Amino acid sequence: MSAQQNKISVLTNGIIKENPVLRLVLGTCPTLAVTTAAFNGLGMGVAATFVLVCSNMVISALRKIIPDKVRLPAYITVIATFVTIVQMLVKAYAQDLYSALGVFLPLIVVNCIILGRAEMFASKNNVLDSALDGLGMGIGFTFTLLLMSAIREILGAGSLFGVTIIPESIDRISIMTTPPGGFLTFGVLMALVIFVETKLGQKKKRAIGCEGCPSAGVCQSKGECK
Amino acid sequence: MENRLIVTASPHIVDRSSTQKLMGNVIIALLPSVLASVLIFGLRALLVEAVTVFACVAFEYLYCYLMKKPIPVGDLSAVVTGLILAMNLPVSIPLWIAVLGSFVAIVITKQLFGGIGFNLANPALMGRLFLFTSFTGRMTEWVFPQSLSGVDALSSATPLVAGQTTPLPVLDLFLGVHGGVLGETCSLAILLGFVYLVATKTISPAIPVTYVGTVAVLALVFIGPSHVMLHVLGGGLLFGAVFMATDYVTSPFTLKGKIVFGIGMGVITWAIRYWGNMAEGVSYAILLMNLFVPYINDLTRQKPLGGAKKK
Repeated sequence: MSAQQNKISVLTNGIIKENPVLRLVLGTCPTLAVTTAAFNGLGMGVAATFVLVCSNMVISALRKIIPDKVRLPAYITVIATFVTIVQMLVKAYAQDLYSALGVFLPLIVVNCIILGRAEMFASKNNVLDSALDGLGMGIGFTFTLLLMSAIREILGAGSLFGVTIIPESIDRISIMTTPPGGFLTFGVLMALVIFVETKLGQKKKRAIGCEGCPSAGVCQSKGECK
Repeated sequence: MENRLIVTASPHIVDRSSTQKLMGNVIIALLPSVLASVLIFGLRALLVEAVTVFACVAFEYLYCYLMKKPIPVGDLSAVVTGLILAMNLPVSIPLWIAVLGSFVAIVITKQLFGGIGFNLANPALMGRLFLFTSFTGRMTEWVFPQSLSGVDALSSATPLVAGQTTPLPVLDLFLGVHGGVLGETCSLAILLGFVYLVATKTISPAIPVTYVGTVAVLALVFIGPSHVMLHVLGGGLLFGAVFMATDYVTSPFTLKGKIVFGIGMGVITWAIRYWGNMAEGVSYAILLMNLFVPYINDLTRQKPLGGAKKK
C-alpha cells in the first residue's frame, strides 16, 4: 500500500469501518442524550470533531515527551483545554445550541471516543496521521449523530432542523424523542450496519475478545494480556 | 416418513403438538373475547382486530421474504400476536397507529431478535407499550358506542380510576360493560378462554393463578376486601395474566419458575397501581418479568434424576 492510500484509509477508517458509535460503540452517552433534534446532533458532532482533531494533533506532537505513567492525566488536560475553548465559543456565538446541549458539552472531556483515539492512535502515530484519524472519526461521529437525530426528530416531532415537515394533524410518535426511542434507533442502526457489512462480505468472523474487536489492529491485542 | 428413526439424545417424547396447533388453541380461546369486544364496542372492534392481524401476518411475511428466511406464517403465531395486540387497543384507535403497533411487535420485537423463540419480550406487549408511550392520549381514550344505553358514544374512565370513589357493581365489571381496551373489559370471556386453554393443556394455570392471586392478596392487605374485585376485574389484569404472561417464549419453563414469575408480576403490578402515578401496571409488570425470565430459568432449573449435585 502506498503512503497516499494509507493516508486515505486512515481518514475513511473512522467513517465506516471503525465508525466510533456504530462499530466501536464508544461515546454512546452523548449519542443517546443529545440526538433528540437534528440541530443538536450536528452541533454536538462538530464540537466533538473540533476537539478530536486538535487534541489528537497536540497529543501526537507531545507523544515522546509525555511520560507513560502519567499519560492519561496529560491527555485529559489537553482535551479539557480544547473542550473549554469550544464551550466558550458555543456560549458566545450559539446560545440556543449551548442551552440544548447543556451538560453534555463540557462532558466531551470524558467522551471515550476522544480519549480512546488519543490512547489508541495519537500516542503511536505522527501529527498528520493523527489529525486525519481525528477528522475521520469526527466525521463518522457527526454523521451518525446527524442520522440518528434526523430519524428521531422526523418521527418524534415531525420536523427536521426545526422545520415542520409532517402536517400537524398527524399524531407524533413521541416515544422517539424520549430515551427509549434513542435506544431503539441506536439498536436498529447497529443491526443495519452489521447487516450491510455482512452483505458486502467485509465482516470478520464475530468473536468475543480481541478477534471480534474492530480496533484489534491498532492495539495489537494488548488489551487481552493485562 | 424419513423422520421415524430418532437419533437424538433423550427425552424421546413423541407428541403431536406443534406451534401451529398450540397457537390455534390460543386463537380459539381468544374468540369469546373477540365476540365480547364486538358486542360491547360495536363493529369497529372487529375492524381493528382484522387490521392488526393482517398487518402482523403481512410484516412477518415481508420481513422473512426480504431477508430470505423461511416463511413462518403457517405457525399462526403472528395471528395470535395481532389478535392480542388488538385486544390491547381502545376501539377508537386510528388504524395507522394499529399498523404501527404491529410493525413494532413483529419486526422490532420479534424478527430483529431472530424470530419466534428468540424474542426477549412478548411482541404484542411491546407493540402496546410503544403505542402507549407515544400516543398516551389516544390509548387511554376509552369511548365505547354502546347500543344498549341509547347514547351514541360514552366516554368513561377506566374502572381503576372511577372505582376509587364510586365502586362499580361487580356484575358490570364481570361482564365488561365499562370503558377499557377491547379485550380487557369482559372478564367472563377471558375466563372462558382460560378454561379452554387449561383444559386443552395449552397453558399451565400456574402463572395466571399466582399472578391474579398475588394482586388480590395485596389489594386485600393494603386497601381491604371492598377493592379486591375492582383490582382483579377492573383493569387489564385478567387478560394480561391469561394471554400475555403465559407466552411460551417469554415465561419460565418449570413450575417453580412460573410461580416466582407470577408472584413477581403481581408485586410489580400492585406497586405501580398503588404507589405509582399510573392507573394500570400490568403491561410494565409483564415486560419487566419477561426480562427476568432467563435468570429465573437459571435459578429454578430442575435437577436431572440421578444427576450430580451442583457444586
